[in-house]
Amino acid sequence: MAVVNMVQALNMALRQEMEKDPSVLVLGEDVGVNGGVFRVTEGLLERFGGERVMDTPLSECGIVGAAIGMAAFGFLPVAEIQFMGFIYGAFDQLASHASRLRARSRGRFSCPLVIRTPYGAGIKAIELHSESTEALFAHIPGLKVVVPSGPASAKGLLTSAIRDPDPVLFLEPARLYRMIKEEVPEGPYTIPIGRARMARKGRGLTIISWGSMLQKTMKAAEGFDADVIDLQSLSPWDEEAVMASVKKTGRAVIVQEAPRTCGFASEIAACLAEEAIAYLRAPVMRVAAYDVVMPLARLEDFYMPGIGTIRKTIEEALKY
Amino acid sequence: MAEKTIATFEVRRLEILDEEGNADKALMPSLTGDDIRGIYEKMLLSRAFDERALRLQREGRLGTYASIRGQEAAQAASAFAAEKSDWIFPSFRETGVQITVGYPIFMLFQYWSGDERGMKCPDDLSVFPICISVSTHLPHAVGAAIAMKLKKQKKAAIVYFGDGATSKGDFHEAFNMAGVFKAPVVFICQNNQWAISVPLSRQTAARTLAQKALAYGFPGIQVDGNDVFAVYRAASEALHKARDGEGPSFIECQTYRISDHTTADDSSRYRPAREVEYWRAKDPIKRLKTYMEKEGLLTEDYQRQLEEKNESALDEAFRKMEEIGPPPPSEMFARTFKEPTRREDIEMRSFVDGGG
Repeated sequence: MAVVNMVQALNMALRQEMEKDPSVLVLGEDVGVNGGVFRVTEGLLERFGGERVMDTPLSECGIVGAAIGMAAFGFLPVAEIQFMGFIYGAFDQLASHASRLRARSRGRFSCPLVIRTPYGAGIKAIELHSESTEALFAHIPGLKVVVPSGPASAKGLLTSAIRDPDPVLFLEPARLYRMIKEEVPEGPYTIPIGRARMARKGRGLTIISWGSMLQKTMKAAEGFDADVIDLQSLSPWDEEAVMASVKKTGRAVIVQEAPRTCGFASEIAACLAEEAIAYLRAPVMRVAAYDVVMPLARLEDFYMPGIGTIRKTIEEALKY
Repeated sequence: MAEKTIATFEVRRLEILDEEGNADKALMPSLTGDDIRGIYEKMLLSRAFDERALRLQREGRLGTYASIRGQEAAQAASAFAAEKSDWIFPSFRETGVQITVGYPIFMLFQYWSGDERGMKCPDDLSVFPICISVSTHLPHAVGAAIAMKLKKQKKAAIVYFGDGATSKGDFHEAFNMAGVFKAPVVFICQNNQWAISVPLSRQTAARTLAQKALAYGFPGIQVDGNDVFAVYRAASEALHKARDGEGPSFIECQTYRISDHTTADDSSRYRPAREVEYWRAKDPIKRLKTYMEKEGLLTEDYQRQLEEKNESALDEAFRKMEEIGPPPPSEMFARTFKEPTRREDIEMRSFVDGGG
């Protein structure tokens, strides 16, 4: 076991998969000489050379588009988009191509690529560096969306994402990059995509969260008899684990960092309404950010759902 | 201190076969009589397919179709220059390219009738699925070309698009990336002058499209796109260069879209009939045929046999498509991912249980 932060854990996963499989490539802006602006790809250029660790032009559509071509022709590219706020230039490539290639070529081609990108608020960054728009991507059939919540899940999930035969959008909560350290196995391991993790066991309430909000959710849940589910994957997501827990507890609070309207919590709430209504003792409740344009650094703490709000919502659910 | 010119560029245009069917011997690429007949046969088959597809669409037996009429030279001659190992990335107006490399015709009918199975490229061919969203496939060709280079394969990627594509960001990002990575890719623009109703003058203020490559550090050339020999020569040289590790090239084939944008369009709304007639007179097939007659490469007998052969090949292909029939609804659930997700399983079961 090594005690590492998320940046180090991700770097371990990349390094180990690149050692294991020569078809794994890394490409993106500043990923080579600079080792990535958050240093996730540090040392990879020195170890694996410029043919496998490619500094690209500043070109989100070009990076993802070229990664699709590489993936279709036998490589396993791991492309970095420097911040999620810049991914929209590549949205067309993900929505129109990466996610559809297997289906529209009737299986002649597939697209085993990974797009890594930091997301989320709380790093006092400038505009467009802090949003959580995971639901936009989870809505696209054919694209997997994975969100780790700490170093150990980051390493196992990234390893799975690289080995996955289909395209995976891998969202890295920027606020957690260096915030927490965990014991992480030294060698390679996988965490299955599509499976949630029971972060804490309880009986009276189910709290569902993922990525950047998990830490706050765990703190907020202290003192309550609650299951806390770390979703880990949004597409596909672990409906079985969520249903089983809510059928047991009869109460569900879903915590997301994204704005409320059409966020991923809405999908979970809808499924609970369809499949678990007979077990519910309280309305399904969502904790979410406001439906506003995300403010800059000086107001971001007011925008992000806080521990207090999560606790209040838990208490509200327990009143029923 | 000084102000001086630090770079100058020139844009070349290549023409070999004139409208009277005379070829410039000095510029003529090395093509045997059989090669020339081979290109001609593909052009003729492409046109026959095109006419058949338009007819079938009018009869309600085929879906919306994008005609290639007038672009047969740009398509057949460039695709003829490709090796079997090169990879082709077509847009939606490349039936002539697909036919030239031997894509099964019944599968083209399948695709244009709305059946994805027609896009499953046979294993012995190297053709990517048609790209509908304009210019978004250019980066794929660049990525594939980088992959070929990394594998040290002597192959090239060839990507086809129209003049409208040169206005989009994907075009520029792909060109830029190809230049930076010296990727073995050949960009072929069929500048057919119209993007639905928008003329070239509304796509660009530049004098040529070819010159756009120069800004990305690799050569661009304009060719008479209705001149098979000019297209073949430019494509062949660019492909050899790419396979030899000398990087990307751009070929602007100046041609014309004789038909409507698709069967859902009426081009008489936005362009004068005399312009169409002007370009109809420059027909690429007629031009090559005149040349072949002069050179003794074409007899009436051969022409008639070809036409009969094409008609029966099209009959047979369409019959085969109809015999196969529409895809079963279960096709819809296949291959979103390699392994279906739990949710997909549930949805498929509910589809089946609900009686489809």
